[in-house]
Amino acid sequence: MSATESSVISTPKRSLWAGGISPLKVTYGKLMMWFFLVSDAFTFSALLITYGMIRYSYPAYEGSPADFVFAPDKWWPIPEKVFEAVPFLHGVSAPLIFVGIMTFILIMSSVTMVLAVEAGHRMDRAAVEKWMLWTILGGIAFLSCQAWEWSHFIHGTHEGPMVAEGTTFFGANLTQNQYGPPPFADLFFFITGFHGTHVLSGVILNIVIFFNVVVGLYDKRGHYEMVEKVGLYWHFVDLVWVFVFTFYYLI
Amino acid sequence: MASEETKPIVVAPPDKNKIKKIWYTALFLGVITGIEFVFAFTMAAGPLRTAIFIGLTLVKAFYIVSEFMHLKYEVKVLIWSILVPTIFIVWLLLALLIEGEAIFMVRY
Repeated sequence: MSATESSVISTPKRSLWAGGISPLKVTYGKLMMWFFLVSDAFTFSALLITYGMIRYSYPAYEGSPADFVFAPDKWWPIPEKVFEAVPFLHGVSAPLIFVGIMTFILIMSSVTMVLAVEAGHRMDRAAVEKWMLWTILGGIAFLSCQAWEWSHFIHGTHEGPMVAEGTTFFGANLTQNQYGPPPFADLFFFITGFHGTHVLSGVILNIVIFFNVVVGLYDKRGHYEMVEKVGLYWHFVDLVWVFVFTFYYLI
Repeated sequence: MASEETKPIVVAPPDKNKIKKIWYTALFLGVITGIEFVFAFTMAAGPLRTAIFIGLTLVKAFYIVSEFMHLKYEVKVLIWSILVPTIFIVWLLLALLIEGEAIFMVRY
Protein backbone atom coordinates (compact mmCIF):
# COMPACT_ATOMS: atom_id res chain seq x y z
CA MET A 1 0.00 0.00 0.00
CA SER A 2 2.68 2.48 1.05
CA ALA A 3 4.55 1.95 -2.18
CA THR A 4 1.80 3.52 -4.20
CA GLU A 5 1.45 6.54 -1.96
CA SER A 6 2.46 9.79 -3.57
CA SER A 7 2.93 13.27 -2.33
CA VAL A 8 -0.02 14.46 -4.40
CA ILE A 9 -3.11 14.54 -2.29
CA SER A 10 -5.70 12.47 -4.06
CA THR A 11 -9.06 11.41 -2.84
CA PRO A 12 -8.88 7.77 -1.79
CA LYS A 13 -10.78 5.43 -4.05
CA ARG A 14 -13.73 4.38 -1.99
CA SER A 15 -16.47 2.02 -2.90
CA LEU A 16 -19.67 3.62 -4.17
CA TRP A 17 -21.41 1.77 -1.34
CA ALA A 18 -19.03 2.76 1.48
CA GLY A 19 -21.33 5.50 2.69
CA GLY A 20 -21.46 9.24 2.43
CA ILE A 21 -22.81 9.21 -1.09
CA SER A 22 -26.10 8.10 -2.49
CA PRO A 23 -25.40 5.46 -5.17
CA LEU A 24 -29.00 5.26 -6.32
CA LYS A 25 -29.22 9.04 -6.52
CA VAL A 26 -32.57 9.17 -4.76
CA THR A 27 -33.37 10.14 -1.22
CA TYR A 28 -34.07 7.58 1.46
CA GLY A 29 -37.77 8.37 1.47
CA LYS A 30 -38.21 7.93 -2.26
CA LEU A 31 -36.17 4.73 -2.29
CA MET A 32 -38.25 3.23 0.49
CA MET A 33 -41.42 4.23 -1.34
CA TRP A 34 -40.13 2.32 -4.37
CA PHE A 35 -39.42 -0.78 -2.35
CA PHE A 36 -42.76 -0.55 -0.59
CA LEU A 37 -44.37 -0.43 -4.04
CA VAL A 38 -42.43 -3.52 -5.10
CA SER A 39 -43.79 -5.38 -2.07
CA ASP A 40 -47.27 -4.07 -2.77
CA ALA A 41 -46.92 -5.27 -6.36
CA PHE A 42 -46.30 -8.74 -4.95
CA THR A 43 -49.51 -8.56 -2.94
CA PHE A 44 -51.58 -7.49 -5.92
CA SER A 45 -49.93 -10.05 -8.17
CA ALA A 46 -50.73 -12.75 -5.65
CA LEU A 47 -54.40 -11.71 -5.73
CA LEU A 48 -54.59 -11.52 -9.52
CA ILE A 49 -52.70 -14.78 -10.00
CA THR A 50 -55.05 -16.43 -7.52
CA TYR A 51 -57.87 -15.25 -9.76
CA GLY A 52 -56.13 -16.91 -12.70
CA MET A 53 -55.62 -20.14 -10.81
CA ILE A 54 -59.19 -20.38 -9.58
CA ARG A 55 -60.56 -19.48 -12.98
CA TYR A 56 -58.46 -22.22 -14.56
CA SER A 57 -59.84 -24.71 -12.08
CA TYR A 58 -63.44 -24.10 -13.28
CA PRO A 59 -64.88 -24.93 -16.70
CA ALA A 60 -64.95 -22.06 -19.18
CA TYR A 61 -68.09 -21.26 -21.15
CA GLU A 62 -67.93 -22.77 -24.59
CA GLY A 63 -70.21 -21.62 -27.32
CA SER A 64 -71.37 -18.40 -28.86
CA PRO A 65 -71.07 -15.40 -26.50
CA ALA A 66 -74.46 -14.24 -27.80
CA ASP A 67 -76.20 -17.25 -26.21
CA PHE A 68 -74.36 -16.89 -22.91
CA VAL A 69 -76.43 -17.26 -19.73
CA PHE A 70 -75.29 -17.14 -16.13
CA ALA A 71 -74.94 -20.67 -14.79
CA PRO A 72 -73.09 -20.70 -11.46
CA ASP A 73 -73.01 -24.48 -11.26
CA LYS A 74 -71.80 -24.96 -14.84
CA TRP A 75 -69.18 -22.44 -15.86
CA TRP A 76 -67.17 -19.29 -15.07
CA PRO A 77 -68.99 -16.20 -16.41
CA ILE A 78 -67.81 -14.04 -19.31
CA PRO A 79 -66.84 -10.80 -17.51
CA GLU A 80 -68.30 -8.44 -20.10
CA LYS A 81 -71.70 -10.11 -19.60
CA VAL A 82 -71.47 -9.33 -15.88
CA PHE A 83 -70.19 -5.76 -16.08
CA GLU A 84 -72.47 -4.23 -18.65
CA ALA A 85 -74.49 -1.69 -16.70
CA VAL A 86 -74.04 2.07 -16.68
CA PRO A 87 -75.68 4.45 -14.19
CA PHE A 88 -78.85 6.17 -15.46
CA LEU A 89 -79.05 3.78 -18.41
CA HIS A 90 -81.28 1.18 -16.85
CA GLY A 91 -81.73 -1.99 -18.89
CA VAL A 92 -79.26 -0.90 -21.54
CA SER A 93 -76.53 -3.42 -22.23
CA ALA A 94 -73.27 -1.51 -22.48
CA PRO A 95 -70.52 -4.00 -21.73
CA LEU A 96 -67.34 -2.55 -20.21
CA ILE A 97 -68.39 1.06 -20.86
CA PHE A 98 -68.61 1.99 -17.20
CA VAL A 99 -65.30 0.35 -16.32
CA GLY A 100 -63.80 2.19 -19.29
CA ILE A 101 -64.98 5.46 -17.80
CA MET A 102 -63.40 4.46 -14.47
CA THR A 103 -60.11 3.67 -16.23
CA PHE A 104 -60.20 7.04 -17.95
CA ILE A 105 -60.82 8.85 -14.64
CA LEU A 106 -57.89 7.10 -12.95
CA ILE A 107 -55.47 7.71 -15.83
CA MET A 108 -56.48 11.39 -15.89
CA SER A 109 -55.90 11.72 -12.16
CA SER A 110 -52.48 10.19 -12.70
CA VAL A 111 -51.76 12.85 -15.32
CA THR A 112 -52.78 15.67 -12.97
CA MET A 113 -50.50 14.11 -10.34
CA VAL A 114 -47.48 14.23 -12.69
CA LEU A 115 -48.35 17.84 -13.43
CA ALA A 116 -48.39 18.53 -9.67
CA VAL A 117 -44.96 16.94 -9.33
CA GLU A 118 -43.70 19.00 -12.27
CA ALA A 119 -45.04 22.17 -10.64
CA GLY A 120 -43.34 21.12 -7.40
CA HIS A 121 -39.98 21.01 -9.14
CA ARG A 122 -40.53 24.63 -10.11
CA MET A 123 -41.58 25.62 -6.56
CA ASP A 124 -44.85 26.84 -8.04
CA ARG A 125 -47.17 26.50 -5.07
CA ALA A 126 -50.31 27.69 -6.82
CA ALA A 127 -49.90 25.16 -9.62
CA VAL A 128 -49.19 22.33 -7.17
CA GLU A 129 -52.38 23.24 -5.29
CA LYS A 130 -54.40 23.27 -8.49
CA TRP A 131 -53.16 19.90 -9.79
CA MET A 132 -53.30 18.20 -6.38
CA LEU A 133 -56.91 19.28 -6.09
CA TRP A 134 -57.74 17.78 -9.50
CA THR A 135 -56.00 14.57 -8.46
CA ILE A 136 -58.02 14.35 -5.25
CA LEU A 137 -61.17 15.01 -7.23
CA GLY A 138 -60.29 12.24 -9.69
CA GLY A 139 -59.69 9.83 -6.81
CA ILE A 140 -63.03 10.64 -5.23
CA ALA A 141 -64.78 10.26 -8.61
CA PHE A 142 -63.17 6.85 -9.08
CA LEU A 143 -64.22 5.73 -5.60
CA SER A 144 -67.79 6.87 -6.23
CA CYS A 145 -67.87 4.87 -9.47
CA GLN A 146 -66.60 1.85 -7.61
CA ALA A 147 -69.27 2.26 -4.93
CA TRP A 148 -71.91 2.21 -7.67
CA GLU A 149 -70.30 -0.81 -9.31
CA TRP A 150 -70.22 -2.74 -6.04
CA SER A 151 -73.79 -1.83 -5.26
CA HIS A 152 -74.90 -3.00 -8.70
CA PHE A 153 -72.89 -6.20 -8.41
CA ILE A 154 -74.32 -6.98 -4.97
CA HIS A 155 -77.94 -6.29 -5.87
CA GLY A 156 -77.77 -7.97 -9.23
CA THR A 157 -79.91 -8.02 -12.31
CA HIS A 158 -83.50 -9.13 -12.58
CA GLU A 159 -82.96 -12.78 -13.25
CA GLY A 160 -81.06 -15.21 -11.11
CA PRO A 161 -80.73 -18.89 -10.44
CA MET A 162 -83.10 -20.70 -8.09
CA VAL A 163 -81.82 -21.46 -4.63
CA ALA A 164 -82.89 -24.45 -2.55
CA GLU A 165 -85.96 -22.80 -1.04
CA GLY A 166 -87.38 -22.18 -4.48
CA THR A 167 -86.85 -18.44 -4.40
CA THR A 168 -84.67 -16.60 -6.87
CA PHE A 169 -81.26 -15.35 -5.84
CA PHE A 170 -80.20 -11.95 -7.14
CA GLY A 171 -76.78 -10.41 -7.01
CA ALA A 172 -73.83 -11.61 -5.03
CA ASN A 173 -72.41 -12.17 -1.58
CA LEU A 174 -69.42 -14.13 -0.35
CA THR A 175 -71.17 -17.51 -0.40
CA GLN A 176 -73.17 -17.38 -3.62
CA ASN A 177 -73.81 -15.19 -6.61
CA GLN A 178 -75.97 -15.21 -9.70
CA TYR A 179 -73.08 -14.77 -12.12
CA GLY A 180 -70.85 -17.78 -11.58
CA PRO A 181 -69.08 -19.98 -9.05
CA PRO A 182 -68.81 -18.44 -5.53
CA PRO A 183 -65.08 -17.57 -5.93
CA PHE A 184 -66.00 -15.27 -8.83
CA ALA A 185 -67.75 -12.83 -6.49
CA ASP A 186 -65.26 -13.43 -3.67
CA LEU A 187 -62.36 -12.47 -5.91
CA PHE A 188 -64.27 -9.47 -7.23
CA PHE A 189 -64.76 -8.20 -3.68
CA PHE A 190 -61.18 -8.91 -2.65
CA ILE A 191 -59.36 -7.61 -5.70
CA THR A 192 -61.38 -4.48 -6.44
CA GLY A 193 -61.86 -3.98 -2.71
CA PHE A 194 -58.14 -4.12 -2.00
CA HIS A 195 -57.49 -1.78 -4.90
CA GLY A 196 -60.27 0.56 -3.74
CA THR A 197 -58.71 0.62 -0.27
CA HIS A 198 -55.46 1.69 -1.88
CA VAL A 199 -57.25 4.45 -3.78
CA LEU A 200 -58.94 5.57 -0.57
CA SER A 201 -55.66 5.75 1.33
CA GLY A 202 -54.12 7.50 -1.68
CA VAL A 203 -56.87 10.12 -1.57
CA ILE A 204 -56.31 10.59 2.17
CA LEU A 205 -52.54 10.94 1.66
CA ASN A 206 -53.17 13.39 -1.16
CA ILE A 207 -55.41 15.46 1.09
CA VAL A 208 -52.73 15.52 3.83
CA ILE A 209 -50.06 16.59 1.32
CA PHE A 210 -52.44 19.14 -0.21
CA PHE A 211 -52.97 20.62 3.26
CA ASN A 212 -49.20 20.82 3.78
CA VAL A 213 -48.78 22.53 0.43
CA VAL A 214 -51.48 25.07 1.26
CA VAL A 215 -49.97 25.98 4.63
CA GLY A 216 -46.61 26.45 2.90
CA LEU A 217 -44.70 23.66 4.63
CA TYR A 218 -42.81 22.63 1.48
CA ASP A 219 -41.93 26.21 0.59
CA LYS A 220 -40.35 26.46 4.04
CA ARG A 221 -38.63 23.11 3.56
CA GLY A 222 -37.25 24.24 0.22
CA HIS A 223 -38.48 21.31 -1.87
CA TYR A 224 -41.68 19.49 -2.83
CA GLU A 225 -40.36 15.97 -2.54
CA MET A 226 -43.35 14.78 -0.52
CA VAL A 227 -45.51 15.48 -3.56
CA GLU A 228 -43.23 13.21 -5.57
CA LYS A 229 -43.43 10.41 -3.01
CA VAL A 230 -47.19 10.48 -2.77
CA GLY A 231 -47.19 10.77 -6.57
CA LEU A 232 -45.28 7.50 -6.87
CA TYR A 233 -47.91 5.82 -4.72
CA TRP A 234 -50.71 7.33 -6.76
CA HIS A 235 -49.24 6.16 -10.07
CA PHE A 236 -48.80 2.71 -8.63
CA VAL A 237 -52.51 2.60 -7.81
CA ASP A 238 -53.20 3.57 -11.42
CA LEU A 239 -50.77 0.87 -12.61
CA VAL A 240 -52.55 -1.78 -10.56
CA TRP A 241 -55.87 -0.70 -12.02
CA VAL A 242 -54.48 -1.20 -15.54
CA PHE A 243 -53.79 -4.82 -14.60
CA VAL A 244 -57.09 -5.34 -12.76
CA PHE A 245 -58.90 -3.90 -15.79
CA THR A 246 -57.24 -6.40 -18.12
CA PHE A 247 -57.33 -9.49 -15.96
CA TYR A 248 -60.69 -9.04 -14.30
CA TYR A 249 -62.77 -7.25 -16.91
CA LEU A 250 -61.31 -7.86 -20.35
CA ILE A 251 -60.10 -11.46 -20.35
CA MET B 1 -31.64 22.51 -1.81
CA ALA B 2 -32.69 25.26 -4.17
CA SER B 3 -33.39 27.90 -1.57
CA GLU B 4 -32.47 28.63 2.04
CA GLU B 5 -35.15 29.62 4.50
CA THR B 6 -34.09 33.22 4.30
CA LYS B 7 -34.06 33.37 0.52
CA PRO B 8 -37.26 34.24 -1.30
CA ILE B 9 -38.85 31.40 -3.23
CA VAL B 10 -38.06 31.51 -6.91
CA VAL B 11 -40.86 30.13 -9.06
CA ALA B 12 -39.51 28.81 -12.34
CA PRO B 13 -41.65 29.10 -15.47
CA PRO B 14 -43.42 25.93 -16.66
CA ASP B 15 -41.26 23.56 -18.66
CA LYS B 16 -43.27 23.44 -21.89
CA ASN B 17 -41.52 20.37 -23.32
CA LYS B 18 -41.92 18.34 -20.16
CA ILE B 19 -45.62 19.19 -19.90
CA LYS B 20 -46.14 18.36 -23.56
CA LYS B 21 -44.51 14.98 -23.01
CA ILE B 22 -46.79 14.26 -20.04
CA TRP B 23 -49.87 14.96 -22.14
CA TYR B 24 -48.55 12.87 -25.04
CA THR B 25 -48.01 9.94 -22.67
CA ALA B 26 -51.54 10.37 -21.37
CA LEU B 27 -52.92 10.46 -24.91
CA PHE B 28 -50.94 7.35 -25.75
CA LEU B 29 -52.35 5.49 -22.73
CA GLY B 30 -55.85 6.54 -23.75
CA VAL B 31 -55.31 5.34 -27.32
CA ILE B 32 -54.00 1.96 -26.12
CA THR B 33 -57.07 1.55 -23.89
CA GLY B 34 -59.22 2.43 -26.92
CA ILE B 35 -57.49 -0.27 -28.96
CA GLU B 36 -58.19 -2.74 -26.16
CA PHE B 37 -61.87 -1.85 -26.39
CA VAL B 38 -61.86 -2.35 -30.15
CA PHE B 39 -60.43 -5.84 -29.67
CA ALA B 40 -62.88 -6.57 -26.85
CA PHE B 41 -65.86 -5.79 -29.09
CA THR B 42 -64.75 -7.07 -32.48
CA MET B 43 -62.63 -10.13 -31.78
CA ALA B 44 -63.86 -13.49 -30.49
CA ALA B 45 -62.38 -14.59 -27.18
CA GLY B 46 -59.41 -16.90 -27.46
CA PRO B 47 -55.73 -17.29 -26.68
CA LEU B 48 -54.74 -14.74 -29.32
CA ARG B 49 -57.04 -12.03 -27.95
CA THR B 50 -55.83 -12.76 -24.43
CA ALA B 51 -52.23 -12.44 -25.62
CA ILE B 52 -53.02 -9.11 -27.30
CA PHE B 53 -54.64 -7.80 -24.10
CA ILE B 54 -51.67 -8.84 -21.97
CA GLY B 55 -49.24 -7.33 -24.48
CA LEU B 56 -51.08 -3.99 -24.55
CA THR B 57 -51.31 -4.02 -20.73
CA LEU B 58 -47.56 -4.43 -20.48
CA VAL B 59 -47.07 -1.53 -22.92
CA LYS B 60 -49.30 0.65 -20.73
CA ALA B 61 -47.46 -0.51 -17.60
CA PHE B 62 -44.14 0.39 -19.21
CA TYR B 63 -45.29 3.95 -19.96
CA ILE B 64 -46.81 4.50 -16.52
CA VAL B 65 -43.71 3.25 -14.71
CA SER B 66 -41.10 4.83 -16.98
CA GLU B 67 -42.71 8.21 -17.67
CA PHE B 68 -45.19 8.92 -14.86
CA MET B 69 -43.16 7.26 -12.13
CA HIS B 70 -39.99 8.56 -13.77
CA LEU B 71 -38.16 5.25 -13.43
CA LYS B 72 -36.62 5.58 -16.91
CA TYR B 73 -34.60 8.56 -15.71
CA GLU B 74 -33.26 6.98 -12.52
CA VAL B 75 -29.84 5.31 -12.29
CA LYS B 76 -29.44 1.80 -13.71
CA VAL B 77 -28.98 0.10 -10.33
CA LEU B 78 -32.31 1.43 -9.13
CA ILE B 79 -34.11 0.39 -12.32
CA TRP B 80 -32.81 -3.15 -12.00
CA SER B 81 -33.50 -3.43 -8.28
CA ILE B 82 -37.13 -2.62 -9.06
CA LEU B 83 -37.45 -4.81 -12.15
CA VAL B 84 -35.53 -7.94 -11.18
CA PRO B 85 -37.75 -8.93 -8.20
CA THR B 86 -40.77 -9.06 -10.51
CA ILE B 87 -39.33 -12.31 -11.86
CA PHE B 88 -40.92 -13.92 -8.80
CA ILE B 89 -44.30 -12.75 -10.09
CA VAL B 90 -43.67 -14.56 -13.38
CA TRP B 91 -42.72 -17.68 -11.47
CA LEU B 92 -45.84 -17.50 -9.28
CA LEU B 93 -48.01 -16.95 -12.34
CA LEU B 94 -46.68 -20.05 -14.09
CA ALA B 95 -46.77 -22.19 -10.95
CA LEU B 96 -50.34 -21.32 -9.99
CA LEU B 97 -51.79 -21.53 -13.50
CA ILE B 98 -50.38 -25.04 -13.84
CA GLU B 99 -51.80 -25.78 -10.39
CA GLY B 100 -55.21 -24.47 -11.46
CA GLU B 101 -55.17 -26.67 -14.53
CA ALA B 102 -54.35 -29.67 -12.33
CA ILE B 103 -57.24 -28.89 -9.96
CA PHE B 104 -59.53 -28.69 -12.98
CA MET B 105 -58.38 -32.14 -14.13
CA VAL B 106 -59.07 -33.61 -10.69
CA ARG B 107 -62.47 -31.95 -10.45
CA TYR B 108 -63.90 -32.56 -13.90
